[in-house]
Amino acid sequence: MRTRETFDRDLQRLVDDILLMGSMVEKAVLASVEALKQRDLEKAQALIAGDQRINEKRYAIESDALSLIATQQPMAGDLRTLAAVLEIATELERIGDYAKGISKINLLIGNQPLLKPLVDIPRMADLGMDMLRRALDAFVRKDAETARAIPREDDQIDDLYNQVYRELLVFILEDTSTIEQANYLLWAAHNLERAADRVTNICERVVFTATGEMRELDQGDSNQTIIA
Amino acid sequence: MISANLTQQMVSQVESYSGYSSGIAIEADRMSVYYGDFRAVKEISLKIPQRQITAFIGPSGCGKSTVLRAFNRMNDLIPGARVTGQILFHGQNIYADGVDPVEVRRRIGMVFQKPNPFPKSIYENVAWGARINGYRGNLDSLVEQALRQAALWDEVKDKLYQSALALSGGQQQRLCIARAIAVKPDIILMDEPASALDPIATLRIEDLMRELACNYTIIIVTHNMQQAARVSDYTAFFMIDEDRAGTMVEYGPTKQIFTNPKDKRTEDYITGRFG
Repeated sequence: MRTRETFDRDLQRLVDDILLMGSMVEKAVLASVEALKQRDLEKAQALIAGDQRINEKRYAIESDALSLIATQQPMAGDLRTLAAVLEIATELERIGDYAKGISKINLLIGNQPLLKPLVDIPRMADLGMDMLRRALDAFVRKDAETARAIPREDDQIDDLYNQVYRELLVFILEDTSTIEQANYLLWAAHNLERAADRVTNICERVVFTATGEMRELDQGDSNQTIIA
Repeated sequence: MISANLTQQMVSQVESYSGYSSGIAIEADRMSVYYGDFRAVKEISLKIPQRQITAFIGPSGCGKSTVLRAFNRMNDLIPGARVTGQILFHGQNIYADGVDPVEVRRRIGMVFQKPNPFPKSIYENVAWGARINGYRGNLDSLVEQALRQAALWDEVKDKLYQSALALSGGQQQRLCIARAIAVKPDIILMDEPASALDPIATLRIEDLMRELACNYTIIIVTHNMQQAARVSDYTAFFMIDEDRAGTMVEYGPTKQIFTNPKDKRTEDYITGRFG
């Protein structure tokens, strides 16, 4: 006999909301980098305003999760799922903030042409958001094995970040007038590097949901960026 | 028949029983309980830690109350009931020949689902156990101490000689707890002690249990899983197996049982998907 159908439905709705919020965040990050690349200031403005919707989604998820905890007294796997929903919503909201930050950087650079066409920064965004998509998919499937593997890919993002740093340093050494934009672009790359770190946090929550095990996950061998 | 110096015997065995030093209050060893030919509880083995609260949870008819009652030989009172295996209390099997069930019940007290004070004064309810045990100390002081430990003294100190039946349900249950502890037991068994009480009285009983656990080992049977989660240190989950006999599925620290149970049946039960 199946019991708790209403609770199951509400819990599933929250998990779906996390997926929806993840998709909103993923789109925002990719769009913010694309707008930076294309020098699309109008799009950047729209993304800054759009971050409010991500924040609202986070509060709605938090409120629904707390209501379920208060009214349904979840236990064991259900409780872990709800605790993970609360944590993941916060992580996603912060990744959304990084998209907003990149959009602000876009506005700060204004109408200046870029020092060079962006290649590694969009690559960082693509890799990071692919990790995010798979992490959230692992959450839905309670797939601890996949969640344990994803953070190891963070190495590639760290490598790209270091590459961006070195390139921008060369620009600065060659021409001090590039300092300002080089700094802005380094911030953008840093935001993406941090976004990937938050994906690792999400993976830790997926492992917790699936197994009850609560510990930090390895982030590959190097796990080093030139600037933290 | 009664072994007159059983208490002394038990105390002397305390020193030699290795389980005691590791903090085991009572231990069931492959215990089964039968009602006639029907095996109601099958092969239960568990060690109850001292001065901790252990909760027994499980669906109706899973044998948890039967196991609880076996711990102080309360099932002896049911015609046709018998126990196999052992229950070791201070190293002695309480079902061994020559063990006095009355003495067992003095050392291992019980509080029932429905408050059951005697139709006597509050004072007499608490003093009763000590009187029949031939207590020669200061009875007033014993009564006060038991009522204080049961968090009831302040509410009843000015009406000790009034009928216990005039108390509220929650007060009556605390009086029954005072009556149980007045005979200085080691273990208190509680069978759904708050199920007949309102939410506030329930929380008072739970607070009281936490206080009592400083001095006594408590085993509680409860249908209220939130209560087990709130109040206990260890939880044992029981259910019925294919022979319709109660069996213990999982036993462990409450925190683990309620956040990350190892057995899927436990998970299904405590998340409300058992059926």
